[in-house]
Formats: sequence, C-alpha cells, structure tokens
Amino acid sequence: MSKGGIGMAEPETTFGQVDPETGLKPMVINLGPQHPATHGVLRVRVALDGEQVRACEPIIGYLHTGIEKNFEDLTFNQAITLTDRMDYLSPITNNFGYVLGVEKLLGVEVPKRCQYIRVMFAELSRIASHLVWLGTSAMDMGAMSPFFYTMQQREQILDLIEMSAGTRMNPSYFRVGGLLNDLPPGFAEKLHAFLDGFPHWLHEYYALLDRNPIWVERLKGTAPITKEQALDYGWTGPLLRACGVDRDLRKTNPYSSYEEFEFDVPTETAGDVYARYHVRMREMQESLKIVRQAIDNLPEGDWHVPGWKVYPPNKAEIGRNMEALIYHFKLFTEGIRVPAGEVYSAVEGPKGEIGYFIVSDGSGKPYRVRVRGPSFYNVQALPVLVQDKILADVVAAIGSIDIVLGEVDR
Amino acid sequence: MKQILSALEESFGDRATVSESLGQTVVQLPAAEIVSVVTFLKSQGFNMLIDISAVDRLGREPRFDVVYHLYHLELKDWLRLKVQVGGDAPSVPSIAHVFASANWAERECYDMFGIRFRGHPDLKRILMPEDWKGHPLRKDYPLTGLDPLPPLVHE
Amino acid sequence: MAGVEDRPILFASVKKLAQWAQSGSLWPAQFGLACCAIEMMATAASRFDLSRFGAEVMRASPRQADVMIVAGRVSQKMAPIVRELYDQMPEPKWVIAMGACASVGGVFNNYAIVQGVDRVVPVDVYVPGCPPTPEGLLEAVMQLQKKIRMGGRPMAPAMPSPEEVAHA
Repeated sequence: MSKGGIGMAEPETTFGQVDPETGLKPMVINLGPQHPATHGVLRVRVALDGEQVRACEPIIGYLHTGIEKNFEDLTFNQAITLTDRMDYLSPITNNFGYVLGVEKLLGVEVPKRCQYIRVMFAELSRIASHLVWLGTSAMDMGAMSPFFYTMQQREQILDLIEMSAGTRMNPSYFRVGGLLNDLPPGFAEKLHAFLDGFPHWLHEYYALLDRNPIWVERLKGTAPITKEQALDYGWTGPLLRACGVDRDLRKTNPYSSYEEFEFDVPTETAGDVYARYHVRMREMQESLKIVRQAIDNLPEGDWHVPGWKVYPPNKAEIGRNMEALIYHFKLFTEGIRVPAGEVYSAVEGPKGEIGYFIVSDGSGKPYRVRVRGPSFYNVQALPVLVQDKILADVVAAIGSIDIVLGEVDR
Repeated sequence: MKQILSALEESFGDRATVSESLGQTVVQLPAAEIVSVVTFLKSQGFNMLIDISAVDRLGREPRFDVVYHLYHLELKDWLRLKVQVGGDAPSVPSIAHVFASANWAERECYDMFGIRFRGHPDLKRILMPEDWKGHPLRKDYPLTGLDPLPPLVHE
Repeated sequence: MAGVEDRPILFASVKKLAQWAQSGSLWPAQFGLACCAIEMMATAASRFDLSRFGAEVMRASPRQADVMIVAGRVSQKMAPIVRELYDQMPEPKWVIAMGACASVGGVFNNYAIVQGVDRVVPVDVYVPGCPPTPEGLLEAVMQLQKKIRMGGRPMAPAMPSPEEVAHA
C-alpha cells in the first residue's frame, strides 16, 4: 500500500486518537490511491484496532480533470465528448442527461424513433456497466472466473456500440437534437443474437456466485445502511433501491418515452452488500426486457429533429444547397444558439441519478455546466458502511458502491 | 407542491421569492435564511438533498449564485433554491448539519469557487491538492491554470 | 549461432537471452486511472488476451512489476504518486503511456491534468487513442518487446530548448 503523495499536507483530524478505555492508539493505514481493489484512484484512510475499522475517511480528487471548466470552452455539441469521460463505464447514460438538458433549453423534442434508440442504447450501456461491476467486485472478493465471463458479454455490447458510433468506449453517440447517425444495417440481427444469448449467461453468473456459500457469507450482512441514512447522504440508484426506497427516475420522472416500456424496478430491503448485488443482477434482466421491447417496436421515422437550426444538415445537402452550407458552418463554428436560461436535467444512470445543471447565456457555448455525479454522493457514506466492521468489509463495501472515480472527481 | 410553496411564502414572506423556469420551481432567497428554509422544507418532505453547486456571474454584484437542489419523494419533483453571495470573502451558512450529503458538496464549492460555508465541520479542499492556489471554476481563473508547463522528463 | 547443425548446443550472449526473457514476461504494474483502465482490463480479458505476451499478471505492488502502463489521465494530485510508484519499481523498468491523456494530456488542456505523463516519468512507448482499442495496446506491448530486444531505452536525445525552437 503506497503512502500519500509527496508534498501533500496530511489533514489534521481527530483520526487515530487514543482510545480512552484501552489507552491504545489505532493504527492508521492507507488504502490506495493505487490499489487493486479501489476501482480507480480512491484513497481511503482507515484507523484500525486490530482488524476492526474505528474510523474511515475516503479522500478523493486524484482524478480531478477540470471537466466542468472545459465545458465552458467548448460548444454544446463538442461538450458531449466530455460527458462520456465521466462515468466511463456507461458513457451513453451520461450523454443522455446532457442532451436532454440542452434540448429542454432549446424547447425541442426529438422524434419517437430517436427516443426509442436512445432508450435502447442507454439500457445496453447499463448492462455493460453492471457487467463490469460484477466482474470487478467479484474479483475483489477473490472470485476470479466471473470477470472473464462478464467481460466476454460486455465485448458483445461494445461491438454493437462500435457498429453504430464508430468506437467502443466513449462513443458520444447522442447529439443535441438527435443521434450521430441512424442504426447501421445488420444491427437488429446482431442485437437479437445478443439478447437471445444473454439470459443463459445471467444464469451462469448466478450459478457461479450465488451457489457459492463463501460468496453469500461474505456479502450477507456486510456494510449495511439504513434507509434514513441513505436518504440523508443523497444516495440514489440501485444503492437506494437496495434499502427499500422505490425511486427510479425512469418510473418516477420518466423521460424519452420510458413510460411506454413495461419493466419492473427491483428493490430489496436489507440494505447490505448482498441486497445491492441482487438489485443490480435483477436490473440487468429488466434492462434486457426494455431493449427487446425497444428493438421490436422501433417506430419508423426520422432520427433527429427537423430543420437545420439544431441538427446540422446532411452532408449531401451541403453540396447542393447554399442555405444548408451556411447552417452547417454556423453550427460547427459557433455552436447551437441556445436561449439563455438554466435547467436541471436528470437521468437514471447505473450508479444513480446523473444530474446536469446547465446554465446558458445565449451563445453557442455553455456558461456553466454542473454535473451531479452519483458516485460523489454515494462514496461519501463509506464511513457509515464500515464503522466497526473488519478491513475486508471495506473492500466489499467499495465494490458494492460501484464507484467510478471519473464522476466523483470530474 | 403548491401547498408547500404557499406555506413557504407564508412563513418567510418576502424573503423567499418563488418562480418557475422551464417547468422547474425555483426559490430565490437571501443567504441568511438558507438554514431555516432548508430545515422547513425537510420537514415538509423534501428529504433528499440532490446537489449543491455554484455559478460565477462575473461582472454582476453579488457575484456568485449558490444553487441547491432538493427532491421530494412523494411528490416526485425537484426544487431549486438559489442564494446570491458576493464580496471579497463570500460566505453562506452551512447546511451540513441538516443534510449529511451537504458535507462534501460544500467542500467542493469552496474548493472550486472560494465560497466559505460558515459552520461546516471540516472545510478544506477536496478535489485539488491541499496547497493549491486559486479557485479553478471562477471565471477569472484561466483554463490552462496559473503555472507554466513542467518540462519533459528523461530519467 | 555456431554448432547448431551437429551439436544440440545453442550459443548466445547472456544479454540477448536476458532481453528475450524480459520481453516475453513483462509484468505490468496495475496502474489504471480512468477510462483507459477499462480497455486495459478488456485487453487482459479473454477476447484480446494479454496473457499471450506473458503479461496477464498485473502486479498490485510496483516492486514486482516490470512495466508501468499509465492508463488514463494523470491529475495534479496524482502526479507525485505516479513518480513515487515509478521510483519504487526495480530496474529494468519501462513505461507505456496508454491513451491520449497519458501521452499529451488528451482532450483536457486545462489546469487539472498533467499534459502528458512524460512530464513525470520517462516514457518508452506512447499509444494514441481515446481510449486506444485493445489491439492498440497489444501493438504497444509488441513494440516495447521489440525495443527491449533491440537494447532497451536509448540515451536521452538532446532536446532543443524553447528558445532554440522559437528562433529556429
């Protein structure tokens, strides 16, 4: 375990104070920032009394990228590339919140086909994120095999995304007013092949893990949190649903035609790592249902808003039409003229509520974009999860929070 | 929601102004009232603090807008609270004792904008290194930072 | 190599054998920072299989590693830690800067990101991409293997100073 960085002042807290009863000082050790089980560069200081955690302090900022500052320097469409790189495990849900916010400021709504395609990709992204979570958190607990199986299925999803967007990760597939392009030919067949094969693999993951008594023993009762504490810490997403609160933005505040899809929102009441694991596994099943409904009922039509004020014209048009050329030029040099105003737009990401508070001043670049990353609020409650538990539970807790440092630190 | 808002306007009178923007409710209030308003709203069912952030309106006095987002579980809706602060040492009372999630969010506001939160248990930088100078998200802080680029390393 | 036709004995220099062994068993220090780390994990997974190159054992401790694959953006807070980990690695050691952020700062030309990890540690192979596909990382590993077999890191070239560049 490495020490803190050179030249950084150690914070003066009441950490590691002498216990008045025993007269002993707990041992303060560092977990991270470079550590195989911290899922990125998270640093956790724990004060240990033997194996028991007396105090715990997560320290973040090791991946701070200044993304919110970069937003102000790019046009609205260019900024979509920045949104990908926050929650990099499911970049498409990040794009979703941002483009919905900008479209709300513009006052436009995309056609149904575009909405269905967006829902489809968001759910595929959710499955991909949960697969990585499953693989890595199982690996943290010592179960090596599920990692390879989950990554194999994730490769299939990445192939689908690569077909449509051109790149596996960080696709920036959604654009303001529509998508990058329509679904490519052959997409539906490949998607159906994936959908038909995936339930078998979900069953395999259950068999690998749930039938293992060590796994169940390690997860049940570990890192519990009560409903009130979870709400107080601003927890959202599967973490909150594992505590018994039925809040899923796709159902409570539906966006982009989610109300037309039939799916359940799994909840558990135990609030421990096992409950969170079950919620995410069942969420993958529900996402499969949504994707299947989306591809089977995909409406015909346009995949972007009509007119050239928001979505640029077709490349073929530019050669023929002077007006198209001018619009294209203006949209790509100055950016889309978004009326001044502010909006908060939130979507249900795999980690929780991804919120974008977008302030526009009437020009082509955002004035301020604040990104509410769910992992930022989720990891804040880590001390509550591991108080008086053993050190191994810290690793289990971090895995169950499904933290992505990209959106914690931005 | 309307009931809560009218109760709010009754208790706080002209200090809290309710408006609507793009279908979202916004309440503008002075900095001194934030703790009492948030406590009142929490008692009315807004039991999730979703976000705290700030906007730097350089050129306008007061300079900063501190923005709070709350969520009501039964009404399934958000509420935005806006507080204006300015001056050389902008400061706002902290709501970290009302909502636990405010702790880190206020630290980030301090780190990025330099807005102090009075009453915060441990106000220190959270994203930048402890000894960093300047507050990066202010509009007068350059994008590429204040320091020159370090040289390339060969061994 | 002499004598290979009539005697079952192979002659080679120790240096060449050592280089061949090193290049065939590069143990990466697990240093995933951001999105590139996920592609590094995908490279280690079964489809792209870093194990073919002897590199699937990602060591958590830098003291047991040969190559540090800096996968992701290096922030100001993380830079001293990268250097400390590099210093903890025993010789011979190499560095692959994976991705645009590790190579030159990438998309993020701002205050928070070190504009290329070569401002912190010396880099042997740069991999472009955001993130690079696993094939790109495998190509980087193969280039590094070639570099090792050819003799390791060359002497630091004389870099022109900014004044010289400006007046050139």
